[in-house]
Amino acid sequence: MQHQIIRRERDVSFLEKQARLVRVEILKMLSLAGSGHTGGSLSAADIVTVLYFSKMRHRPHEPMWKERDRFILSKGHAAPLLYAVLAMTGYFDISVLKTLRKLGSPLQGHPCSRLLPGVEISTGSLGQGLSVSNGIALGLKLDNLSSRVYCLLGDGEIQEGQVWEAAMTAAHYRLDNLCAIIDLNGLQIDGPVSQVKAIEPVDSKWLAFGWHVIKIDGHNMAEILNSLDEVERVKEKPTVIIAHTIKGKGVSFFEGKVEYHGIAPTKEELMKALKELSEEGG
Amino acid sequence: MATRDAYGEALLELGKKRKDIVVLDADLSGSTKTGKFAKAFPERFFNIGIAEQDMIGTAAGLALAGKLPFASTFAVFETGRAWEQVRQTICYSNLNVKLVATHGGISVGEDGASHQATEDIALMRVLPNMTVIVPSDGNETKQVINAISEYYGPVYVRLGREKVPMVMPDHYEFKIGKAYVFHIGKDVNIVATGIMVSKALEASKILNNEGIDVGVINMSTLKPLDTEILLKAAKASALIITAEEHSIIGGLGSAVTEFLSESHPISIHRMGLKDAFGCSGRPEELLKYYGLTPEDITKTIKIALKK
Repeated sequence: MQHQIIRRERDVSFLEKQARLVRVEILKMLSLAGSGHTGGSLSAADIVTVLYFSKMRHRPHEPMWKERDRFILSKGHAAPLLYAVLAMTGYFDISVLKTLRKLGSPLQGHPCSRLLPGVEISTGSLGQGLSVSNGIALGLKLDNLSSRVYCLLGDGEIQEGQVWEAAMTAAHYRLDNLCAIIDLNGLQIDGPVSQVKAIEPVDSKWLAFGWHVIKIDGHNMAEILNSLDEVERVKEKPTVIIAHTIKGKGVSFFEGKVEYHGIAPTKEELMKALKELSEEGG
Repeated sequence: MATRDAYGEALLELGKKRKDIVVLDADLSGSTKTGKFAKAFPERFFNIGIAEQDMIGTAAGLALAGKLPFASTFAVFETGRAWEQVRQTICYSNLNVKLVATHGGISVGEDGASHQATEDIALMRVLPNMTVIVPSDGNETKQVINAISEYYGPVYVRLGREKVPMVMPDHYEFKIGKAYVFHIGKDVNIVATGIMVSKALEASKILNNEGIDVGVINMSTLKPLDTEILLKAAKASALIITAEEHSIIGGLGSAVTEFLSESHPISIHRMGLKDAFGCSGRPEELLKYYGLTPEDITKTIKIALKK
């Protein structure tokens, strides 16, 4: 099945449909792979759909286009989500998704930029993507390019100290071409983030670090679009979008379940999940 | 001239020629000598503050944006504190980032073990895609900096804090992966790197006067290793001495031993820190304390030759 490529589309129902298809692809590839990160791929699916189908300027057939906007998946374990949107927007054939995590596949368990055009930088070891995003943002400014950098982080990920080093750097260099998005789904492998090691209050932390802070419902397409519009109006400081999300969003029996952080759906679960998603689509 | 001073000068010259060069430091630009570049090209210099891991990631991002980043701090922090960032972000993605660290080895002196990198070569050598270079003097350092700017891929360059004598001849031309042979000896060959090249040359003079034919090789590139020269030296003499201001585990001694034990096994003695940390003291005192003087080299050779 080849998905239609329409970019910079602001129609909410169109985006909701794409996000549903993204979730379908995520679940299918994970189930075939037999392992991988389901919960955190689904929680960020709406945000990343809006970025790739609407907000970002990019050319799937020219992945290294100099003026493209950049997306850095700092929470690299959500690789299936990135692979789904890359395939659906035309970076590579959708049939490649079947090879996820298999020997010889460009779709490594965590994204590898050397193997897959469209992946800006290899990630998977948490806490490193924001620093890389800062470097790209600095480079874009040196070249007077108006391209933007979007960096998606997990909420558990901000327990990493390097994130806060990078948060200081972005504010110090007034990187208003940089937007961090936190997928605040409240769960990490060992349990609720609040119990493993509390990160709240997240908004005042970023405010104190000199960032413009926007809080949204990370599953509301209109809110996602509006927040990304607001990002473009902020000058002289970086913006963080704190997106409240539900881990496993879109599949009732995965939602809010910590155990689905790092496991793939079985065949039965896949059938049930696909049925739910198709019913939701009407 | 200290190799770090040569770096500062080379970087400044390079910055004039190439607009794509950017420099990052982690609050040590006075010591690493990147401050010279910073003063001349403030718009292309990024002080990331005391945040080495963030510095490495930022350098990676600048490389992705088409710049040629040189990231500098002390060797112990560049390779140790930020090792995983170097692995995951720079080497795994094979990015064109140059890691040029100063204050390698015990010749850092008084600051003590916390600031003396004695495991950095091991940490960098083990990484796929990484090139590792330890220049021996100021002239070679300048050539190394120019050479790596023309080469695509991650490179680690280890420089020193202290002034070192010029050891390389005027006609010398540095090439990545090519060792320099001062002489191939029939009795013993010393393979040295960094400041130990000058110590090896002094040792060879002493022993040559006593009728022992001692060769000296400057193995400034530790990875990729110049195996051709090594084989030649190993075939010429039954004994090889390696000399480095680094742990004997994982550095030059290991690299040479790994290669020769598989290709041409002969007797090898590794001189360096014997699984120990450094300590405070004057640089020359420390070299003596850890057995890295020309006299220590001659003694080691004489004992080994008697066996």
